[in-house]
Amino acid sequence: MCLGIPGRIIEILDEENALAMVDISGVKRQVNLGCVMPDAAASTLIGRWTLVHVGFAMSLIDEDEAQKTLQILAELGELQEELAAMQASQTD
Amino acid sequence: MKFVDEFRDPEMARALLDKIHAIVAEIPKCQDKPLQIMEVCGGHTHSIFRYGLEALLPKQIELVHGPGCPVCVLPMGRVDDCVAIAEQTDVIFTTFGDAMRVPGSRKSLQQAKAEGCDVRMVYSPMDALQLARQHPDKRVVFFGLGFETTMPSTALTLLQAEKEGIDNFYLFCNHITIIPTIKAILDSPDMYIDGFLGPGHVSMVIGQAPYEFISSQYNRPLVVAGFEPLDVLQSLYMLLLQIRDGEARIENQYKRIVPEGGNSQALQALAQVFELREFFEWRGLGSIDHSGVQLRQAYARYDAEKQFVVPNLKIADPKSCQCGEVLKGVLKPWECKVFGKQCTPEVPLGALMVSTEGACSAYYSYGKIDAANI
Ligand code: SF4
Repeated sequence: MCLGIPGRIIEILDEENALAMVDISGVKRQVNLGCVMPDAAASTLIGRWTLVHVGFAMSLIDEDEAQKTLQILAELGELQEELAAMQASQTD
Repeated sequence: MKFVDEFRDPEMARALLDKIHAIVAEIPKCQDKPLQIMEVCGGHTHSIFRYGLEALLPKQIELVHGPGCPVCVLPMGRVDDCVAIAEQTDVIFTTFGDAMRVPGSRKSLQQAKAEGCDVRMVYSPMDALQLARQHPDKRVVFFGLGFETTMPSTALTLLQAEKEGIDNFYLFCNHITIIPTIKAILDSPDMYIDGFLGPGHVSMVIGQAPYEFISSQYNRPLVVAGFEPLDVLQSLYMLLLQIRDGEARIENQYKRIVPEGGNSQALQALAQVFELREFFEWRGLGSIDHSGVQLRQAYARYDAEKQFVVPNLKIADPKSCQCGEVLKGVLKPWECKVFGKQCTPEVPLGALMVSTEGACSAYYSYGKIDAANI
C-alpha cells in the first residue's frame, strides 16, 4: 500500500472526475489522476507512465524508472501482492 | 558479498559498498559505538531485509528500523474500534488487506468477517466509494490508513463523495503524519539517531521543506531515499559524507520521483479535508502530539468517529509483546521473547509481524540471510 506500482495511462474515462484506465502489468484498472492533472487536456497524459498508490496516480515517471520499479517490486514480492489486491478488491 | 550479484548493477553496488567501508574509517565517533541510522519507512525496511543489506555494511553502522509502517503502529484499541463499527447493523466495513490480520483485544477484522460481519478488502478508497454507490441501503465505512502517501487518495475520495452527494459513505480516519513522529523520535531519551533515510513516497507528496527542522533544530542529516538496494546504499553514503564532514543537511537522493516542493494538488486536497489532531495513540510509542489527522468540521457527516458508536478505548499490548522496543530500535526483532515462537507471520501477536514492511515480519522472512551475521 505504501510502495506505488507503475502503470501506463491508456485511456481517459472521465475528464471532469479525473478518471483514467491504466494498464498495470497487464491488469487494467480505473485510476484517479487528480494529483497529476496537467493544465492542458487530460488526453496529453495518454501513453505516460505513472506511479499508482491505492488507485491514485501520485506522480508521472519515465519508462526507464517504471521498468526498474517493476523489477524491484517483483523482487520484493510486492508486485504480486498489489496485483492480487487489485484483482481481489471487493467492489460489488 | 555474495548477495551483491543479485543486484541489478553489482559493479556499482560493490563500488558503493567499498566507499561506505572506507568512509566509516574516517569517522572517529563510530569506532567504539556504531552510528545509528534510522530508515523511517517500512518500504526501506523491507528492501534492506530482502537484499540482506545489513550484512554487507560495516559494523560501525547500525540500521534502526523506524515506525514507518502504518499497519505496524496501529494500537489494539483501534482494531477493536474497527470491529465495533463492523458489528453495527447495515454496515459494510472496507479496509486495505494489510489491516485484516492485525490483532485486536477481542478479534481481528478477519475474525469478525469469519463470524459474519460484512468486512471487505478493497484495493482503493475509490472501491469503497463504489460500494457505497451500489448499496445505498448500507452504510459503507472506509478504514483510512497510512501516512501522507495514501492520505491524498482518501481526501480525493471524500471530495468525490461530496461532489456526487453520496451520503452513505464514511471515513474511519487513522491517517498519521510523519513529521511529528520523527520529532518524537528525536526527542526520545532512549535513543540517539545519527542520521535518517527519509521516506521516498511520503516525500513525493510533502516535498523536502518539512524536514528542515531536523537539520536546523536537531543538527541531524536526512537523505530522502529510493527503494532499490542501490538507492539505499547511495543514500547511506550521502549521509555518511555529511556525518564525516560534521554537516547536517536535508538531501534528496530520490529526485527522479520526489520534487522539492512535493505534489501541490495532493497537498491542496489534504489541506481542504484534514486537520491535525491534538494527539494520536501509536502502538508501542504511546501518544504523540499532532501525529494524526482528522476530518475538518465541514466534513463531519462523513466522519465515522462522529456518526458511529466507537469505544475508543486504550488497550495495552499483551505483556509478552515488545513491539514498542522494536519500533524504537531499542531491541532487534529477534530479541523479542516471542519472536518466531508465539509470534509468527501466520499467527501474529504483534503488528510488526503482520505486514511485510514490519521489521519482525521482514526479519522472519529473510532473516536467514543475515543470521550468520548476528
Ligand atoms: S516478535 Fe511479535 S510481539 Fe515481538 S516485537 Fe515483533 S511483532 Fe511484536
